[in-house]
Amino acid sequence: MSEGIELLEERANREYKYGFTTNIETDTVQKGLSDEIIRLISAKKNEPEWLLEFRLKAFHHWQTLEMPRWAHVKFPEIDFQDIIYYAAPKTKKAKPGSLDEVDPELLKTLDKLGISLKEQKRLSGVAVDVVMDSTSVATTFQSQLAEKGIIFSSISEAIQKHPDLVRKYLGSVVPMTDNFFAALNSAVFTDGSFCYIPKGVRCPMELSTYFRINQENSGQFERTLIVCEDGAYVSYLEGCTAPRRDDNQLHAAIVEMIAGDNAEIKYSTVQNWYPGDANGVGGVFNFVTKRGMCRGHHSKISWTQVETGSAITWKYPSVILKGDYSIGEFYSVALTTGFQQADTGTKMQHIGKNTRSRIVSKGISAGKSQNSYRGLVRAAKTADNARNYSQCDSLLLGDKCGAHTFPYIESKNNTAIIEHEATTSKIGEDQLFYCQQRGIDPEKAVALIVTGFAKEVMNNLPMEFAIEAQKLLAVSLEGSVG
Amino acid sequence: MNTIHTDYLKDDFESLLSAQPDSALNGWRKEGFDNFTKLGLPTLKNEFWKYTGVARLFVKDYGVPGGECTIDESIIKKAAIPGSEDFNQLVIINGKYIPQYSNIQETEGIEICSLDEAAKGKYHDVVQEYFGKSGLFLKDGIYALNTSFFDGAVFILIKKNHTISNPVYFNHIFDTTQNHLLASPRSLVIVEENANVSLIESYCTNGSMDSLSNEVMEVVAKDNSHVEVYRIQNDQPTGSHVGTTHIRQVGKCFVNTVVVSMDGGMIRNNTNVIMEKEGNEAHLYGLYFLKGHTHVDNHTLVDNSKPRGLSNELYKGIMDDYSTGIFSGRILVRPDAQKIDAYQTNNNILISDKATVNTKPQLEIYADDVKCSHGCTVGRLDEEALYYLRTRGIDKDLAQAMLLKAFAEDIVNHIKVASVKDYVNKLIATRLNMED
Repeated sequence: MSEGIELLEERANREYKYGFTTNIETDTVQKGLSDEIIRLISAKKNEPEWLLEFRLKAFHHWQTLEMPRWAHVKFPEIDFQDIIYYAAPKTKKAKPGSLDEVDPELLKTLDKLGISLKEQKRLSGVAVDVVMDSTSVATTFQSQLAEKGIIFSSISEAIQKHPDLVRKYLGSVVPMTDNFFAALNSAVFTDGSFCYIPKGVRCPMELSTYFRINQENSGQFERTLIVCEDGAYVSYLEGCTAPRRDDNQLHAAIVEMIAGDNAEIKYSTVQNWYPGDANGVGGVFNFVTKRGMCRGHHSKISWTQVETGSAITWKYPSVILKGDYSIGEFYSVALTTGFQQADTGTKMQHIGKNTRSRIVSKGISAGKSQNSYRGLVRAAKTADNARNYSQCDSLLLGDKCGAHTFPYIESKNNTAIIEHEATTSKIGEDQLFYCQQRGIDPEKAVALIVTGFAKEVMNNLPMEFAIEAQKLLAVSLEGSVG
Repeated sequence: MNTIHTDYLKDDFESLLSAQPDSALNGWRKEGFDNFTKLGLPTLKNEFWKYTGVARLFVKDYGVPGGECTIDESIIKKAAIPGSEDFNQLVIINGKYIPQYSNIQETEGIEICSLDEAAKGKYHDVVQEYFGKSGLFLKDGIYALNTSFFDGAVFILIKKNHTISNPVYFNHIFDTTQNHLLASPRSLVIVEENANVSLIESYCTNGSMDSLSNEVMEVVAKDNSHVEVYRIQNDQPTGSHVGTTHIRQVGKCFVNTVVVSMDGGMIRNNTNVIMEKEGNEAHLYGLYFLKGHTHVDNHTLVDNSKPRGLSNELYKGIMDDYSTGIFSGRILVRPDAQKIDAYQTNNNILISDKATVNTKPQLEIYADDVKCSHGCTVGRLDEEALYYLRTRGIDKDLAQAMLLKAFAEDIVNHIKVASVKDYVNKLIATRLNMED
């Protein structure tokens, strides 16, 4: 009996858990995009002249571009004039010095999302930067990190305090002319995180950014810049949610990472934007450009992503393997249910000698969703002895969904070895039968099998994230079986 | 000026129409030219033509063949695959089927005539039903260009319950002694119930100017039929080629295709297998062994719209010198096409540091109860295997040749016509400086 009630409750809760909105006073600019709006945003953030120029240049370039349509996703025209490009929770001060000064309503929201800043500070030892709508609202552990010379702050703060560093690296990996959304982001980015690890420092804790879109009709355009100097190491986490709304919200972020000699950056994402309701109405359009540059020799950049949210995901975390002996890794689990569409994958650009890359992508499609892997592995003429191995497996749950694989492999070097493997199948009847025979109900059995299917990727997530991601997978799968 | 231009084709098109005012095919041609005018030549921005800049061939003025074609018999003999004397040979000059040069050995169970004749005569309905249906899948300017300019197209019908024991051989010859040539060979092959046929094509450019042959072959295979299609490309570097083999499996049947590209200019091969009935089986093989500046782009499509289809694809490439090899395979499983087994493999070896390979094996799957996989590799010869051979006293060149020959053999072994297989083996051996 009680089990029945539990199940009912579970079903009821299946709706997007983070779909509430917070009533915080926000400071917004009017809808639309123009030189004036960009000047206004820049002025509100008290930015130096060079950055305004950077923004305007990007905006003017963006105006010459067309919305890319090559991805395997369908969506209506986006009216870029109908979006609020700047929305910030109003606080008394520009940035609270300690947690006590943060709007209590905001703290409550964060508690609800499971990122209690206070608790996190005490227990898990993860430094968090929270970005709500367009601005960073809180950053923890800053002082402890500063002792080691690590800079971890919102990017707006970094622009004020470390303009030279930001200017040096901003747009160096993802130039503003890179693509349609990169140009848009470069024009209007409002906040994000900046992280700088000096030479030889191993970052003692995990750094984390939490993104949330709250304001209606607003887009989120954050920018993350991570610089890891020679011999440094950092592990970086990113999470995101958005309230439930009937119209589509736009999220177009840029993440840039630079790794020096012998440096290592590990970037993990659990993406859980609002995916839209059961009829495919609403949801976040997630059009993100993420790229890391292995600039130094023996450097390493590793992307791990768990994608469960967003109505549309359009995201290719890439690595440019420029330094000799550098390593790029990409581990991904993409789960689509309902009417979600995902076109995600990676790009590995082998330029240096003896570079290595590894791609493990697991796609799970259920409901009426479409899930595509799109990846590029390119060995340039200079990439002697480059080595790549890619594996893309797709699992289909239900006969109305689709799973697609579009790998691109380009080699100009005869010493490079590139391998790609992909399979598509449904859950094995025998595996399900085995579980059910042992008294595991079908839904749990599917969750178990899917967890096993995704294990190779999950193992690469930091502990706290791995647990969250596993729960997220199970929750997202509910109701998609049978 | 070296700019891409196609304006002159309009005049050529109009003179083609006015030369044949009562051709039954003009409706298709007009539609084709309208499409061409609308679409233009595909650019690299077209995903389907991402790696092959076919438009850049059009910096020169191509002549479109018109009127009579005469050619020396010795050239026909020279162009033919050795051992093809027993074949049912169709001589296609500049894209036109020329009956007086052709040599059809068998008449029982096979009907060969020009497409125009077929469309006007007793095969009117058949042509109406099956001709031009590949246009639903090929929506680019190059296809439209063929549909505009095809002339002297062939119609072949293999009658019910007949096995054609000698292969049907298309000996394509392009005469470029006078001008650059744009040829548009076209054929429609209907294989009726329980019929069995092998189709072979070879291409030869004769002359010092450039040729571009833009070919479309449509094959319709009905219930219980067995169709083999072999295309052997060993033309001069001045001979460029875009060829589509579009096979519709309208009944439950078996199809085997092998494309061997050894030499030529810019080559693009489209091999489409459209499975329209439950339980179809198709095998697609390809070998591209390239040297010089040859550019070969193999595109395949296996379209499963009905359940229980089986398809197997294996393409292998060896790139030497400055050559470029491309493979782009697409397996499409449409909704409700359950119990599909579809496999795709592409292996590439680069033996020169100036060569390029691009490969794009794709799966597009909308049904859940399927087993689909693809794998592809790009690399060099196995060091271990080389070492093994060398420790047994085989010199480096020979060891390498042996390994490459073995690599290619996986494809060659799927050619079931002995004389064609011998010919391809000989070409490979010559390339590797080996004795056969």
